[in-house]
This record gives sequence, C-alpha cells and structure tokens, in this order.
Amino acid sequence: MASSKSKFAKFKSFLITRFVFVNGIISIIILGLILALLLYNSVRFFASYPIQNFFGGVRWIPTHDKFGFVPLLVGSILTTFAAILIAVPLGVGSAIYIGELAPRYLRETLKPIIEVLATIPSVVIGFIGIKVFAPLIKNIFNLGIGLTALTGAVMLAFMSLPTIVSISEDAINAVPNTFRYASMALGATKWETTYKVVVPTASSGIVAAVMLGLGRIVGETMAVLMLTGNSPRIVFSFLQPVRTITATIAAEMGETAQGGLHYSALFAIGLVLFLITFLINFVGDRFTGRVKNIR
Amino acid sequence: MKAAISKSMRKKYVTEKFFYFLLLFITMIVVAFVLGIIIYLIVKGSGAINWEFLSQKPRGGMKAGGIFPAIIGTIYLIIGTITISLPIGIFSAIYLNEYAARNKFTRIIRLSIVNMAGVPSVVFGLFGLAFFVLLLKFGKSILAGSLTLAFLILPVIITATEEALKAVPSTYRQASMALGASKWQTIIKIILPQALPGIVTGAVLGIGRAAGETAPIMFTVAAFSQPNLPHSIFSQVMALPYHLYALATQVTNPPEDKQWGTALVLLMIVLFFAIIGTSIRTRARLRKKE
Repeated sequence: MASSKSKFAKFKSFLITRFVFVNGIISIIILGLILALLLYNSVRFFASYPIQNFFGGVRWIPTHDKFGFVPLLVGSILTTFAAILIAVPLGVGSAIYIGELAPRYLRETLKPIIEVLATIPSVVIGFIGIKVFAPLIKNIFNLGIGLTALTGAVMLAFMSLPTIVSISEDAINAVPNTFRYASMALGATKWETTYKVVVPTASSGIVAAVMLGLGRIVGETMAVLMLTGNSPRIVFSFLQPVRTITATIAAEMGETAQGGLHYSALFAIGLVLFLITFLINFVGDRFTGRVKNIR
Repeated sequence: MKAAISKSMRKKYVTEKFFYFLLLFITMIVVAFVLGIIIYLIVKGSGAINWEFLSQKPRGGMKAGGIFPAIIGTIYLIIGTITISLPIGIFSAIYLNEYAARNKFTRIIRLSIVNMAGVPSVVFGLFGLAFFVLLLKFGKSILAGSLTLAFLILPVIITATEEALKAVPSTYRQASMALGASKWQTIIKIILPQALPGIVTGAVLGIGRAAGETAPIMFTVAAFSQPNLPHSIFSQVMALPYHLYALATQVTNPPEDKQWGTALVLLMIVLFFAIIGTSIRTRARLRKKE
C-alpha cells in the first residue's frame, strides 16, 4: 500500500517536472518557430526570385514583381542613423544628469517620467507626429510635405530614450563610490570626477544601452510607418520621404495575396530584419554582461 | 601666483556650472516631450470623450458615432492574451528559478528570453500570421491575435516573475521541505503566494504593453470596421491601436475630435495599467528593504 502510494507520488512529481520543463523552454520553442517560419517562406521566395536581384535590386515595386531590397535598406539606415544621432546625446546626457548630478528628490521625480515614455504606444507617438511634428518640419524646412526620414527619426529617437537612459543610469550607479572618493581626494571637482572617472568606468554599460536603444529604433514599426512618408525610393537626404523595412511589412502585408510571391518577399525582408535586430541585441547584451562584472 | 590659482579655480567653477546646466537642459527636453504629449492629448482629446463616444458604434464611414467596438475588442484581446501568457510565463519562471541546473542549456534559455524581448513587434505579426492564422487555420481571429500578443509579452512576465521568485528567501523553501512538503507543494503553497505582488506586476505591465501594440494585431485579428460585437474566439474584432492608425492614415478627412478622442482613450488605458504595475512593484520593493 505504502509503496504504491510512493510510486504514484514519484510518477506525479515526474509529470510535474516534465510540465514545468516544457514551459521553461517555451521561449526557445517560440524563437525557433519564428526563425523556421521566416526561413521557410524566404526559401520559397528565393526559389523563384534570384537572390542577387533582391539584395542588389534598386526598385521595390510589388505590382510589377520587382523586389529590390536596397531602397528599404537605405530608408532604414537613414532614419536609424538620424535617430541615433539625436538619441545618444539626449539619452546619455539625461542618464548622467539623473544618475550622477541630480539631487535625490529630483531624481526620484525624473526617472518615472522618462519611464512613462516607454509605455506610450508607438501608434500614439505616430499620431502626435502626424498632427504636431510633421507640420512643424514642413514649415521649418519649407517642404511640400512634412513626412520625411527626419520626422520619423526624431520620434524614434525619443522612443528609444527610456531604454538608453535606464540602462546607462544602471551602469553609472554600478560604479563603486570608492572611485568617486579617490578622484575627489585627489582634488578633482565633481564634474571632473563625473566625466573623467565615472563615465569612462560606465562606458561599456553606456555602449550596451545605446546598442539596445538602436535595436528598438531598427525594429520600430508604427511610428515610422505613419511618419516617414512611405516612398520606397533611394534618397540620400533626411528631408525626403523614405520607406523602412518594418514599414514595408506593415503597409503591404495586409494587401497581398497569402502564399504569393509578394507575401514570401515580405517574409524575406522580415528575416533580414530579424537577423539585424538579433545581432544588435546580441552585441548589446555582451556589453551588459560586462556591466554586471564590474559590480 | 595666488591670482593665477584663483583664476583657474574660477574657470573650473564656470565649466562645472556650464555642464551642469547643459545636462539639466537636455534632461528637461526629454521630460518636456513626455509631459507635452500627455498634456496635449488630454487637452485636445477630452472634448471628444462623452458617453456617446464610448458607448456607440462608428457610423458614416467612421466619421460619426463612437469607438465602442474598438474598446470591447481591446478588452477581449487583453483577456485572451493574459489568459494564455500568465500561466506559461509563471511556469517558465518557476522552471528557471526552482528546477533548472546552472548549466549551458539554462544559459541558452535565458539568452533566448532576452532575444525574444528584442524581436521587433512586426516580426511577431509575421509569425502570428504564418503560424496561427494560416498554418493552424485559426484565421484572423481573437484567438490568433491573443496568442501572438501573449508570446510578445512573455519575456515581461517571465522576467518579473523570476525577480519575485528570487526574492523569496531560501529558508522558506528549506522550512517547508523539512516539514515534509514536496517540492511542488512548496512551490504552490509557499513560494507563489510570497511572489504574488511581483507576478501581478509582470501581468499588469504586460497587459499595458499588449493593449498598445498595433503591428502584431494588424495581420492577426484587427478589423478595419467590424461594428458587430464578436460572437466567438474565432471572430475578428476592432481594436483601439489599429482604429487610431486607420483613422489617422486610412480614412479620408476623419473628424479631428474622433482621432484625438481615440488616442486619449488608448493612452489612458495603457497608462492606467502601467501606473498600477509600477506602484505595486515599488511597494513590493520597499517592503523587501524594510
């Protein structure tokens, strides 16, 4: 009797362990499924569309079965580049102020306000961009239309700030106080200590923060879809409409026949996007690992 | 000599003040942007919000009426998403914190959670379309959309739950086991109740995220116009984020007040969950410190 009961208990604990394990590896399963489905559809695409015409093609005209990737890549690079140029000084600057210089009460007020920004949906940011910011850009630069790479980039920059500020600030906080005392004891002022000791020590964490912010910028969809003007042409000006990789998927997937060439082409650019963000996040994560080590 | 020193000191002092001011100014730009968006939305949107706007279907090609179906659709999606995501996320965190060995395989799991959090939301949309809508033949439906959103917010829930599990002192586990409880009994009866505030935080923050996402629901559930309320989990619904996108870009000459009203309602729902989530977490962390 007792032995059958303990057998049952053993079996039950075996089942529970299995069940918990399956839940534990769910993230691997989902990530694997995402990659498999992207790969499967990309392979189908490249089976009927030459790969050099995709990566070397300068025209993206789905109605004529032209799927050149270059205009979308240029669009993504232009907006991302402008966004990160704006985001880095704003993000790192605020992180230094909040993490190192601000008095305690101010810091406790400023931090949550910047964190709120992370929760504002990107479609709301895009909407505000259309209503308020695009007309502003139009008037300032005297353009025919305010929906340009720059318009999207400014909004993207702000959207990446919560990531950049909070991770940079963590890195700054992780710098041991002894470093500060040593510097001050040598006669350095608070500001000299900040930029000669604290910021260099936290630099790998700040790099991680910028990389993870970059990952957010590259993957952002709705705000760029609404703000960058949706024109898949190759341009080299921030004041022209462009079309990013993400916006192309979002704009065209709804209109295309499922299973067709256009459909699989969108998965192919989805795969490229997935790989780019994967790489950026991977590098960012390596730097975050170093932050933990200096603690 | 003395004059030279004081001159250099003075220069240092001026530089210091200059950079303090510059960094304060930068921070204020960011803060002004955040507060500006929220205040501007409240000012422009609150005029549109009345009982009719919240309780009526859209009429006349979205030019009149309200956003009731979109609110209901978003609520259904929230319920569906959290029902799927919460149990999976909790057990996933239990595995990582209570069962997993410290080895390479566990590191790979953690790495994939981090990477899953970094996958662009539009790629989740592609995944949901290819897997749930087409391969599993759920069609564009509440089920497909909820599943897509559920996996999108899974990292948020796993991370928050694990943080909460870690905070439960290991003496609790030892005491429970010493009294003869099995590992599973210990987890269910001792550890989970202790970790509850952290788990609720993760769930609430996840809901806020799911409620505001547009790209993942565009191809998996959201309907441009579906004034009738859903009758099963295989129905399409309207949802607030997609409705705002449609109003702002797809509808020709939509009335201004409907757009601002929709944006404000969406923002308020998302902020509501975000504020509740953060305040539970802050309280839990304070209690832990005491």
